[in-house]
Amino acid sequence: MRTMSEVLPRSWKEGRGKEAWIQRLSLLLLIVALFIAILAPLLTLFSKAFVNAKGQYIGLANFTTYFETGAFVQSLQNTSFVSFTTACISVLLALVFAFALTRTGIRGKRIFKSIAMLPLFAPTMMHGIGLTYLFGHQGLITTGFFGHLPFSWNVELYGPFGIIVSEVIYTFPQAYLILLVSLAFADQQLYEAAEMLGASRIKSFLTVTIPNIKYGLISSFFVCFTLSFTDFGAPKVVGGQYNVLATDIYKQVIGQQNMSMGAAVGIILTIPAILAFIVDRIVERKQKSTMNAKSMPYRIRPHKMRDALLFIFCCLVSAAITLLILTVFAAAFIKTWPYQMSFTWAHFNFSQTAGEGLQPFWTSIQVAAWTACVGTVATFIGAYLLEKINGYKLLRQIGYFLSILPLALPGLALGLAYIFFFNQPSNPLHGLYGTIWILVLVNLAHFYSVAFITATSALKKLDAEIEMASLSLGVPFYKTFYRITVPICLPAILEMGMYYFINSMVTVSAVMFLYAADLKLAPISIVNMEDAGDIAPAAAMSLLIVLTNMAVRMIYELATRQIRKKSSAWQNR
Amino acid sequence: MNVKKWMGLLVTVVMMVSFLAACGDSKDSKSAAASTDTGSKASASKEITVYTALEDDIIAKYLESYKSANPDVKVNIVRDSTGVITAKLLAEKDNPVADVVWGTAATSLLVLDQNGMLEPYSPKGVEKVLPEFKDNQSPTHWVGIDAWETAFAVNTVELKKKNLPIPRSYQDLLNPIYKGLIVMPNPASSGTGFLTVNGLQQLMGDDAAWKYMDKLNENMAMYVHSGSKPAKLAGTGEYPIGLSFGYRAIEEKKKGAPIEVVFPKEGSGWDVEANALVKKATIKPEAKAFLDWAISEEPMKQYNENYAIISIKNDSKTLPEGYTKDPMSQLIKVDLNKAAKNREATLAEWTKRYDAKSEPKS
Repeated sequence: MRTMSEVLPRSWKEGRGKEAWIQRLSLLLLIVALFIAILAPLLTLFSKAFVNAKGQYIGLANFTTYFETGAFVQSLQNTSFVSFTTACISVLLALVFAFALTRTGIRGKRIFKSIAMLPLFAPTMMHGIGLTYLFGHQGLITTGFFGHLPFSWNVELYGPFGIIVSEVIYTFPQAYLILLVSLAFADQQLYEAAEMLGASRIKSFLTVTIPNIKYGLISSFFVCFTLSFTDFGAPKVVGGQYNVLATDIYKQVIGQQNMSMGAAVGIILTIPAILAFIVDRIVERKQKSTMNAKSMPYRIRPHKMRDALLFIFCCLVSAAITLLILTVFAAAFIKTWPYQMSFTWAHFNFSQTAGEGLQPFWTSIQVAAWTACVGTVATFIGAYLLEKINGYKLLRQIGYFLSILPLALPGLALGLAYIFFFNQPSNPLHGLYGTIWILVLVNLAHFYSVAFITATSALKKLDAEIEMASLSLGVPFYKTFYRITVPICLPAILEMGMYYFINSMVTVSAVMFLYAADLKLAPISIVNMEDAGDIAPAAAMSLLIVLTNMAVRMIYELATRQIRKKSSAWQNR
Repeated sequence: MNVKKWMGLLVTVVMMVSFLAACGDSKDSKSAAASTDTGSKASASKEITVYTALEDDIIAKYLESYKSANPDVKVNIVRDSTGVITAKLLAEKDNPVADVVWGTAATSLLVLDQNGMLEPYSPKGVEKVLPEFKDNQSPTHWVGIDAWETAFAVNTVELKKKNLPIPRSYQDLLNPIYKGLIVMPNPASSGTGFLTVNGLQQLMGDDAAWKYMDKLNENMAMYVHSGSKPAKLAGTGEYPIGLSFGYRAIEEKKKGAPIEVVFPKEGSGWDVEANALVKKATIKPEAKAFLDWAISEEPMKQYNENYAIISIKNDSKTLPEGYTKDPMSQLIKVDLNKAAKNREATLAEWTKRYDAKSEPKS
């Protein structure tokens, strides 16, 4: 494909000198910003892992201490075991669920779709809290609804069981979303061919469907593995004495203020994420070739038995998710579970707990709103510059790499990196430390990649000829940007904003090390309350977060329905 | 078509404005931060940073009388559990952030003192404080406000269901019938955990204490982050026996949890919640004034509402709520200096023995 500069006559290019200058400058600015927000902190983190508490270089000593301590090796094994199991279960459930929603004629698809997304609205601590009210020693299921049911089921919640169940709930929507996309497109001709060759339905599932989505499966497996490998919230609540890496970092950094050891564990934590990142890149490249112009869309064929079974399956999964969330809702309003099951608002008065009032909730909303606004603008402009500007190939490649790098960074590692980088008095940006802006910035960096990919794929759908046409009409690129690019990409832009908001509301890993005493966030107050044993108020705070996120999602859905219709009308033929 | 264009323009404008506003704001806040930095040297006053391990639910109440007397001083409270606050102070040794440490374990303040991090200062009214609750040097390096002690919070309903007697002593806890029912705080993070472990050491002697804790570990369901959590877990019946401290156990009972507060027969380990001045280049007069206030009459009265044992002579003849005998007589003999000296070694040994336990006990 020829680039614009090759197509255009020389005189045109010269006439656009000013514009080219603006483009080059913004591209440079973008790279500098990405460097400050992502790469520089990361490099500082790596350098800190090789020094001791006094700042002297000690080589690999932190790592050798780590591997010589039996407890740490045990944590590593525990974490790997939990993450592997989680990924297997989660991908399997998500596969069946997504299959039911894309390839069968079951009823209630919309409801199932909405319920499957619910866990994304809550901090992972909430899944743990919900489980303690279900499977804990006084839990609904353990006691058989306090003896009202003829059966009860007693499992040892605190430990691997609790962590795995929480992580499955946490990672299920992520795996489901990936597989939904993989399953959405399939070539009907392949199935027809299989049928003509006499393959049974099961055989055609195994030989056509599965191979077709293998990259989606691999990618979702790695995503689930990484997410549970680096998650802190669930093991904190239901881990008991079962140590994992994320809680180790917490103990090292918060409990013992041993920053360099924390940095070492942080780097170990990053390894699977980097692996997942590499695999994901490879998969991404290969996946593109599966569909071609001659493919025919998949047609769902009726099959009663299959639909009935899968409908039951979807009901069970949805019921499990709903039950967990409803239990947390109930716990937030019950006076003293299980002795005084009367209604109370008292748990919402956070001033009597380790939560320090409602202030953390408001601070969280503020941070989330700022992250959504600033993040969406910055990310969209960033993606635009990298996608739509011609030339400066090297700069753009660096920019692209930096933009997707955060995918490989666990929040805990990013948070630590930010302390090391921004807390140096010599850093000119030191003033950000201890303000709300460092929280916004770290969230932006943490969630940048996914929003960036959303923006990039929206921009990719736009033909480069739009730019060329406006160029030949003498319209400056920024005018084309806000007159055409932004309106067409509006659905994607709003989605990015919502993604930033919801994730900033629930995240705890990156901000945990960075918040100032007067800027506590809601998920952090949940951790603190849980530490102090204030479980019911912690449930109440979780409830507030979930309701806020649901409200934001609803506003987004309602407000964008019209825009979505209008702005994508040109796509419908 | 028009609507689309209009919306596009609107969104672009909103995005631009918010972006610029954010840039502007971050610059403002930076310059604001910078100006408070320089400003703090000129009018050093008006702002102090207080590190404390006092219970979250009582700090605001305590501070009321300070705030009404000093409305112009901004107090930044940094609250965390004893182990975390201690680690934070030690980590910031070369560049201390805190001006004052308030209501934090004396054994922790002694560790700081042994590291030369405390500025000797005798607050006004220090003579009223009983000698066992303050530093014996003059001027004092630390001054206590109250003491807190090991107590078991025992859920009577759950034990009755299981047909088990209420444990009355440390020795009782070793009974295998309580296996998996007991929770205690991790001494590395919790002050209550440390005073309990230290109490056992000073009561039994080192070797016997470790042997005892090895056996106790067999019965332990889990170790938790804070000293409050075991009482609260006992209150909800999640784990019916919690090794906690007097105030929290009594408080849970007052709130209606079906628990009995048991002070172990052998006596309770204890520690003093104490205050100290942090040694740093500029010591603010407000920091000293805060320490004066912290042992004055009004806050002392407040401390006493929550804690049975305060550091000044208590003339009241009536037993405090929740106690069946004079709380002072419940305390075992503890050498706080020795506890502080051994703190690091004790915690390292404890972590090696019990924190490494990876499999949850059933």
